[in-house]
Amino acid sequence: MIPNKVRSHLVQNEDLIFEQSSPGKNGYQLPPLDVPEVDPAEALGAANVRATIEDFPEVSEVEVIRHFTRLSTWNYAIDLGMYPLGSCTMKYNPRINEAVARIEGLAWAHPYQPESLSQGVMEVTERLEAALLAITGLDAITLQPAAGAHGELTGILLVRAFLEAQGNPRKRILTPDSAHGTNPATAGIAGYDVQNIRSNDQGMIDLEELARAVDTDVAALMVTNPNTLGVFEENIMKAADILHSKGAMVYMDGANMNALVGIARPGDFGIDVMHLNLHKTFSTPHGGGGPGSGPVAVKKHLEPFLPTPRLHRKGDTLTWDYNRPQSIGKVRAFYGNFGVLVRALAYIYAHGGPGLRNATVDAVLNANYLRHRLRPYFDLPYDRPNMHEVVFSDDRQSAKGVRTGDMAKRLIDYGFHPYTVSFPLIVHGALMIEPTETESKRELDQFVEAMIAIATEVDTEPQTVLKAPHMTRTTKVDEVTAARKPIVRWKR
Amino acid sequence: MNYPENYRYTKEHEWVSLEGDIATIGITHHAQEELGDIVYVDLPKPGAAVEKSKTFGSVESVKAVSDIYAPVSGEVTEANEILGANPEKLNEDPHGTAWLIKVKVSDAGEFSHLMPASEYQTYVGAES
Repeated sequence: MIPNKVRSHLVQNEDLIFEQSSPGKNGYQLPPLDVPEVDPAEALGAANVRATIEDFPEVSEVEVIRHFTRLSTWNYAIDLGMYPLGSCTMKYNPRINEAVARIEGLAWAHPYQPESLSQGVMEVTERLEAALLAITGLDAITLQPAAGAHGELTGILLVRAFLEAQGNPRKRILTPDSAHGTNPATAGIAGYDVQNIRSNDQGMIDLEELARAVDTDVAALMVTNPNTLGVFEENIMKAADILHSKGAMVYMDGANMNALVGIARPGDFGIDVMHLNLHKTFSTPHGGGGPGSGPVAVKKHLEPFLPTPRLHRKGDTLTWDYNRPQSIGKVRAFYGNFGVLVRALAYIYAHGGPGLRNATVDAVLNANYLRHRLRPYFDLPYDRPNMHEVVFSDDRQSAKGVRTGDMAKRLIDYGFHPYTVSFPLIVHGALMIEPTETESKRELDQFVEAMIAIATEVDTEPQTVLKAPHMTRTTKVDEVTAARKPIVRWKR
Repeated sequence: MNYPENYRYTKEHEWVSLEGDIATIGITHHAQEELGDIVYVDLPKPGAAVEKSKTFGSVESVKAVSDIYAPVSGEVTEANEILGANPEKLNEDPHGTAWLIKVKVSDAGEFSHLMPASEYQTYVGAES
């Protein structure tokens, strides 16, 4: 059965805006000039003035509106249906967040406003800091980083600053082989060598291998918990003890925090420093709708190194403290992506503590439901109860010549966004699926039916899957030629 | 697949052949098969130093970007120029014309510690 799903209906092609241009056309008729004319070359200098802009599109207002509206109908969006992208936590962005972010005093606040006129927005910041510290169980937090990877870099720079203050920044960062690719990249950018730690057959950090790897040259372990297999690192406290016994720290990539909020606090299981993805766990827009936000929370010993300025309350008054001699400095202009912070606080307050806990429970339940329904059809290399996401492999299908990427493309025809393909790397031909708490059983069942239908097609009509998608305006693209011989600039 | 007997191999799926003190380094048939269609190859320039077990370049396929690790230490004397315009050669002839770099080795002893063809073939068989 093919689920009855929404699809964008405009399938006509659309010229580029440059190709729709006709000379002399414009959006508005301006009245005749009623002030003395100024020669731009004289006012700005001849070098700064050009007579024509090559290929500048000249179109009417309605042409602009239709062009971009048509393009937007080619997109898939969380407001159209499920986005099962594992590792991305593509949950619904509640409208209450948007309503709150548009409150005049918040939307129009300017970072150069004096502190006396900014007490309200500063209180938003203070309240969000308090809420995130309560959720993580850590001692201090910066809201400046603008994304998850930015948060990672900030966190590892804090580790480095702390170790440098003790006299030795150390040399290596350890990352498990299931890590997000940004973890080793972060360590490299922060000036550390990266050492890979192999997972055991249960998809968790191998404690014996970890113990062998940790010495006084190791600055930190970067760990995602639950990890990218959707498995909770049960031995995280033992792992933290191994690191701490050699004076090293544990960094937690909080990308999968959606599985822990209200249930377990990283501060309680040995984490020294971590980032949160407000655009994942706390429902602010992402995937092109961003911008992101990656606050970094730390234990007390790292607090002196946090970016400037730090928020301080003196009685009834909030102030920014710039006098932070040990700080790593600023990592972002002003105070982070403030509009995103407002949305995250709105989400937290709209749910309340018990509501956030329910969201976590539902996210884990949904992922386990998908694992249970789909395991008869797809191989499950790490077959154990999962947290917020589940990772299958395409072993059964690739034996018939159909790979994870092909099935993901076919999913588009069934009205769903593709799941995450070929990640994590430790699962060959991975299908990584994260439903989040957003989805109802009805939507999950439709997704399951689509996946079963695709698994059946692999057996009965593999060409249908291999040549997918069929229902989109642009069908399968030649990714190899596009990558080998890219055309990066439009030419007439 | 035929893995040349006179080459030595690494667990990271590089091969190396040695003539005098000049080593030729490439990636194996198994590596290119796992990577899929290769679209870009990033290599060091002649004169650059490479260190055993450290990364010296990367290979990008439609699926992923993978680091390449030096099987031996030394100084790069030549990087294979055909790969710049024709990265697909690495899929077609990984053990031959699509070698990556030539290196003047600083310690020929490193070569003999690498896996011979038979051992590599067993290793690849066990991994897959």
